[in-house]
Amino acid sequence: MKKHSVSELKKIANQIRQDIIVMQNKAGSGHAGGSLGMTDIFTSLYFNILNHTPNNPHNPLRDRLVLSNGHICPVLYSSLARAGYFPLVKLKSLRKINSSLQGHPHNTALPGVETSSGPLGQGISQAVGMALAAKLDKAKHYIFCISSDGEHNEGQVWEALMTAKKYKLDNLINIVDRNGIQIDGYTKDIMPLHSLADKYSSFGWRVLKTNGHNLKEILSTLNKAKNTKGKPTVIIARTTMGKGVKFMENKYIWHGKAPNDKETKQALKQLQNAI
Amino acid sequence: MLSKNIYEKNIKTKSTRDGFGEAILELGKKNKDVVVVSADLAESTRVHNFAKKYPNRFFEVGVAEQNAMGIAAGLALADKIPYIASFGVFSPGRNWDQLRVSVAYSKANVKIAASHTGLSVGQDGASHQALEDIAIVRTLPNMTIIVPCDYNETKKATIAAAKIKGPTYLRFGRPASPIMTTKASKFEIGKANVLLKGSDITIVASGPILYEALLAAKELKNKKIKAEIINLHTIKPLDKSTILRSVKKTKKLVTVEDHQIAGGMGSTVVEMLSENFPVPTQMIGVRDSFGESGKPEELWDKYGLSYPHIIKAVLKLIKK
Repeated sequence: MKKHSVSELKKIANQIRQDIIVMQNKAGSGHAGGSLGMTDIFTSLYFNILNHTPNNPHNPLRDRLVLSNGHICPVLYSSLARAGYFPLVKLKSLRKINSSLQGHPHNTALPGVETSSGPLGQGISQAVGMALAAKLDKAKHYIFCISSDGEHNEGQVWEALMTAKKYKLDNLINIVDRNGIQIDGYTKDIMPLHSLADKYSSFGWRVLKTNGHNLKEILSTLNKAKNTKGKPTVIIARTTMGKGVKFMENKYIWHGKAPNDKETKQALKQLQNAI
Repeated sequence: MLSKNIYEKNIKTKSTRDGFGEAILELGKKNKDVVVVSADLAESTRVHNFAKKYPNRFFEVGVAEQNAMGIAAGLALADKIPYIASFGVFSPGRNWDQLRVSVAYSKANVKIAASHTGLSVGQDGASHQALEDIAIVRTLPNMTIIVPCDYNETKKATIAAAKIKGPTYLRFGRPASPIMTTKASKFEIGKANVLLKGSDITIVASGPILYEALLAAKELKNKKIKAEIINLHTIKPLDKSTILRSVKKTKKLVTVEDHQIAGGMGSTVVEMLSENFPVPTQMIGVRDSFGESGKPEELWDKYGLSYPHIIKAVLKLIKK
C-alpha cells in the first residue's frame, strides 16, 4: 500500500475520528475514548508503516496487526474500511444483529482482523506465537501488537514479555496505549504501573517512547523500532483518551461510553473545524 | 478390534502419555508444520524427545499456561499446527479463557494435549487430578474432544488430530494401562467403536477406564448377561448413530469415565439420548467430590469406578 505523507495522514485521522463518533452513536454503546486516543497511531500504521494488501487480506507476506485491547475496535474497523478491506457503509452496522462488526473483534467475521480479542491480556501472547512462526519460516514481516496500559494488570502480559525476550523476537513491536485511564478510573489509582519503561527494560525489551498524537514522531519511532536487532521493542505511546473531542479528553467516563445525538453533533463540529 | 489377550494376566501395559510422546515424534518427522509448546512439563508430558530432535520447533515457555495457549493460538493463526502439552489441571484448567477466546472462538488450529487426567493420576492427589476438563472443554463451540483408551489408540488419535483443521482436545493418563486395542484396530475421529457385541445392556466408556468395562463384561457373561461395550473415544462430535443403534437394542445404558459425572462423557451421551431415545441409565464417574492421594486402582475402587461397581450398576438396571 501507498505510504501517505504526514499531511495526508492528518486528514485520514480526522476522518477516522469522525467515523468513530458516528459509529458509536449509531451503535448506542461502546468505547469512544480509547478509539479516539489511538487514532493517530492506527492511521500511521495502516496508511504508512504496515506492509499489507487490503485486496488480499491473507497474503502470507503481510505485516500483522494484533489488537489486544479489543474494546477499541471502532478505530480498527474504520482504519480497515478506509484502507479498503471492506465497504465503508458496513461501519454503520457496528454492534448490530447479523453484523460482521462485532462489539469486540472477531477474526473469522471480518477481513483484516487477525485475532479475536476482548478479554484483556491475550494479544501479546498471540503476537509472540505469530513472531515465532515468522522466525521459523525465515519470513521478513513484522508483528505489531496494540495493547493498553490498564491491560498490563493481567499477569499473562508479563509471561508473554519474558517469552518474547527469550526468543529474541526483533520482528515483534508492542505499542502500549499509555493514556493513564482504565474502565473504573485512573491507572495510578486502580493499579499503579509506575514506570512501564523500567519494567520493560528489565524484561530485556528495547524501550522507545513517543507522543501518540505527533504523526511525524510516531512514524520515526515505528521505523526505529523496525530496525531493532536481537530483541523485541515496546513503544510507549503517551496518548490522550478522547483526543480530538474536547469534552471527552482525559475523562474516564468516556472509556466505556458512546455519544448521544447532541454530543455527536458537537463532536463532529469540533472535528470538522479542526481540519 | 480388541487385542487377543485382553483377559490374560500378562496383558501389555503402557501409558497413554507415552503413546502421545511417540506419536508427536513421528509427526515431527512427517509434518514440518507441527510444533510443540511446552509449559515446563516436557518430560512428564513426554514431549522431551521431540524437544531434543526438533529444537527449532519446540517452544518452552516456562510455568505459564495462559501464555502457552495464547502463543499456540498465534502459531496456529500463522499456519503452524501447535500441540500444547501440559497437565489437564493447568491446561485447560488454568487457561480456559485463552482456550475460549484465542483458540475456540478464533477457530485456531491448536491441539491441546492434556496428560495426568482423572483419579488415575494417583499419588499426587486431588490438586493434580483433572476431573472437570471434559466438562469445561465440551461447552466450547468448535472443539473436537478425543479421549483415547490406550497406548495404541493415543498414537492414532495424536496423528489424526494433525489432519483435521480446528481446535482439538486430547486427554491422556499418567500410569501404565492395559493395551486393549491393536495397531490394526480402526480409529476414526467421531466414529465410536463397538468392541463387544451384546443385547442386554450397553456400556459406553472412554479412556483407559474402558478396561474396567471389559472386565465387567467378562463377569456379566458368567451371569448370562450380554453386555455391548462401546469405546467412545471421540466425545465431540458425538457419534449419535452408533450409540442409538445400541440402546435401541438393549434399552439400558451404563456410562463409565474417570471424570466428574457432571458435564462429562456420560452427560454428553445422556443429553443426546434424553432427546432421542431415553433409556434407564446408570452413570459411573466421580460424584461431585475431589479425589485424594492413593494408588490409581485404590482410588477407582474407593470412588466407585472399578469393575465391581460397573457390575453393580448393570445389575441394578437388569433387575428393573
